[in-house]
Amino acid sequence: MSRQRLVIIGNGMAPGRMLEHLFEASDQFDVTIFNAESRVNYDRIMLSPVLSGEKSFDDIVIHDDAWYASHGITLHRGQKVVSIDRDAQTVTSEGGITAAYDKLVIATGSNPFIIPVPGHKLSGVVAYRDLDDVQAMKRAAALGGRAVVIGGGLLGLEAAAGLKAQGMEVTVLHLMPTLMERQLDPAAGYLLQKELEGRGIEVRCGANTKQILGDTQVEGVELEDGTVIEASLVVMAVGIRPNVQLAQEAGLDVGRGIVTGTDMKTSDANIYSVGECAEVDGRVYGLVAPLYTMAKVAAAHLAGATDAAFAHAETPTKLKVTGVNLYSVGEFGDGPELEDVVLRDAKRGTYKRVILKDNKVVGAVLYGDVADGMWYNELLKSADCVEAMRETLIFGQAHQGGGAAADPLAAISNLSDDAEICGCNGICKGQIVNAIKDKGLTSLAEVRAHTKASASCGTCTGLVEGVMALTLGDTFAKKAEGMCGCTDLGHGDVRRLIVAKGLKSIPAVMQELEWKSSGGCAKCRPALNYYLLSDWPGEYVDDQQSRFINERVHANIQKDGTYSVVPRMWGGMTTSDELRAIADVVDKFNIPDVKVTGGQRIDLLGVKKEDLPAVWKDLNDAGMISGHAYSKGLRTVKTCVGSTWCRFGTQDSTGLGIKLEKFMWGSWTPAKVKLAVTGCPRNCAEATCKDIGVICVDSGYQIVYGGAAGLHIQGTTELGTVKTEDEVIEIAGAMTQMYREQGFYLERIYKWADRVGYDTVKSVIFDDLESRRAYYERFVYSQQFAQVDPWSERVSGVDKHEFNPMAVFGLPNDTTVQEPAE
Amino acid sequence: MNASVQNTDLDWRLIGTIDDIPAQGARCVKNGETTIAVFRTADDRIFALEDKCPHRNGPLSQGIVHDGCVTCPLHNWVISLETGTAQGADEGRTASFPVRLSGRDIYLNLKPGA
Repeated sequence: MSRQRLVIIGNGMAPGRMLEHLFEASDQFDVTIFNAESRVNYDRIMLSPVLSGEKSFDDIVIHDDAWYASHGITLHRGQKVVSIDRDAQTVTSEGGITAAYDKLVIATGSNPFIIPVPGHKLSGVVAYRDLDDVQAMKRAAALGGRAVVIGGGLLGLEAAAGLKAQGMEVTVLHLMPTLMERQLDPAAGYLLQKELEGRGIEVRCGANTKQILGDTQVEGVELEDGTVIEASLVVMAVGIRPNVQLAQEAGLDVGRGIVTGTDMKTSDANIYSVGECAEVDGRVYGLVAPLYTMAKVAAAHLAGATDAAFAHAETPTKLKVTGVNLYSVGEFGDGPELEDVVLRDAKRGTYKRVILKDNKVVGAVLYGDVADGMWYNELLKSADCVEAMRETLIFGQAHQGGGAAADPLAAISNLSDDAEICGCNGICKGQIVNAIKDKGLTSLAEVRAHTKASASCGTCTGLVEGVMALTLGDTFAKKAEGMCGCTDLGHGDVRRLIVAKGLKSIPAVMQELEWKSSGGCAKCRPALNYYLLSDWPGEYVDDQQSRFINERVHANIQKDGTYSVVPRMWGGMTTSDELRAIADVVDKFNIPDVKVTGGQRIDLLGVKKEDLPAVWKDLNDAGMISGHAYSKGLRTVKTCVGSTWCRFGTQDSTGLGIKLEKFMWGSWTPAKVKLAVTGCPRNCAEATCKDIGVICVDSGYQIVYGGAAGLHIQGTTELGTVKTEDEVIEIAGAMTQMYREQGFYLERIYKWADRVGYDTVKSVIFDDLESRRAYYERFVYSQQFAQVDPWSERVSGVDKHEFNPMAVFGLPNDTTVQEPAE
Repeated sequence: MNASVQNTDLDWRLIGTIDDIPAQGARCVKNGETTIAVFRTADDRIFALEDKCPHRNGPLSQGIVHDGCVTCPLHNWVISLETGTAQGADEGRTASFPVRLSGRDIYLNLKPGA
């Protein structure tokens, strides 16, 4: 076969999958893709977790730029195709790009259906279809208020849960009497409605929208019965319409979708169609599994002659709302020939219904306990007679064959090789086992890369790991990528979930994120305590027992169990009075050593723990407060004498350093933060190895950041130059806040910036004045709770128990021997 | 209540109540030159160890208490509260002291357990 030109209109999941199959089978195609969106191929199934904040866009990209480059694909982004010339075999885009094809694939997907009620064009009315919609919803959610979601189906409910997670009040309007009536029977729909209402989502079934109110911006929704619901956002999630316009104009056969044969060819033999726009055997599809089947069939035909054919199969439905478990497959209507087996457990909120016809499973609806969904689906597909196990069928697979133990691996081991493990991608157990054996796969990431199993919505991850465990035996050690042994979640996931789920205490995090230990460990507890403190300023109460001893007693523990005490010296400036008070404290408490630190202040070493409050009191009385030399927080702001004294000084570096320190002291951060302000580029204050440094120049202040001079040595990166001290302070606060919100515990600013990218930090903090301001304001807000001198708190009696022994024995006149009551 | 009891294996002392120790925290009891750390877990169990890590004598009373263990503040050794033995790859053992609860009162035996 000579080289062929393949042109694809659309860059969604179906054509992406088709290309993967095609490249495996053939390297004879030069591929050109026209994409109306400006993005690479991403996983639309996962928009809901992006909306709720549980995932980021980067997490859901399927094909990155490198993939297109490595396959020599020409990708025209933001180029909507406006015409197909079937005679000349060319397509032309809005931007005027024309491409010739030997084979053409139309994958234009679908458009969301917008109900044409009055007001449907107002600003604030969005669909729920692509990343732009999600971003619009997130922007609206940031302003708070109420969202009305029209449509109580799969998409609508995921949108509602996501918006609720983003902090909006949410009302769901559904025309039908129960939710998700196409996938759930009324009983399961009722349980689902109760669950959602329990989460604070208002559900109105049988609600018919009359009009959307507002002049230019949405202000509310009016129902047919006259009810008016105030709203600042309306999400239409009532369904999709295959996007057939282009095919229709090109004269192809069009029904509800673009009509194709079971070989995915349209009425023109050189043109294929796959995805939501295609209609096969009178059916159009919206769930991903059949679309991927279309992709596979089309790829096979493109690669050469084949008898591959698309066949209809029931696709199970799951709702991707964290914590809501439901599964439905097949048919569940009422009919004389249909028989039901039902199990309800109201207390556990469980509902199971299996629908039989002639002693064969034709459908299943599970709510709450969905573990057996796959097994019922397998029985449905195999059409086996279930008469022999009818009495125990509803209890699930574990109760067949003499009640196998509740070993999850046993259930997986019992599955046949053609049992479907990954519904999204249509991957069976046998395919996974073969890939593991043939390709020597050992990690979940590899299995996902090679088979796609669990690579889409991820709900089958546990099953895939089970198959791996069975296949690899003891050599399969589930990779611990978590922040510690207590969880498999990494720091980034935990931070996102704390915000997304509104978790506000350490026990809540451990419960909701399924910690494996009962009370955490010395690694995760301080991290969680910091994340909660940072994310919920003014609400979260610091857990002292989850802090490392230095932060608990506000001094640095030394090798012999004594402590060192460092009072703050603003910008490294001190006075004779302060020095005199320090000298008196040293004498009074017999403090063995006094040292000048690298951060321009004085360290008192060898203080006994029980003396700490008295030492602090004397220092407090002389006007000094804690230097936080022990904290994951602002340590020092090092300065030189600047224009006040130095003949080279260009600005008042000392004064600016003092202002910065007085503004930022007390803030808790993922790791320590050190600043410096130097009065000229000679850099006496060593600003170029600090977390944030300021280099004064004649024209203003150059800001640098991301330096390190510890185990790792790294010079700073320039952020930019500003004209005023106020701008320096705003930027330092904003950058610190961004780091506070994104940093992983114990990750210094340079590591955080390496991870998120210096360009990102610059664009968010330096270039975008609005986002800079927002971060700065959040920093200022949290400072009002942080700027409390921990020394004076403890001098006044807080945590007194920390510093005194509970009991003292062994003194000469000790006669306290006592017997405990039995 | 006489001095002769101190020569037996039993030297019980009332040291205070559970409420004197923060949950997941510790307090010290001084006995002459020896310091004993008394720990309270999240589920209100009480344990007592000599306040010395078997590694470099770090004060265990200053560590983070979690899951029946304490992590030493100096070099992060993890010590079992019940037995005083180092967990994981580290080897060593700290003396432990018997503790009894009577209601919310804590009695400590100043003679280390076996």
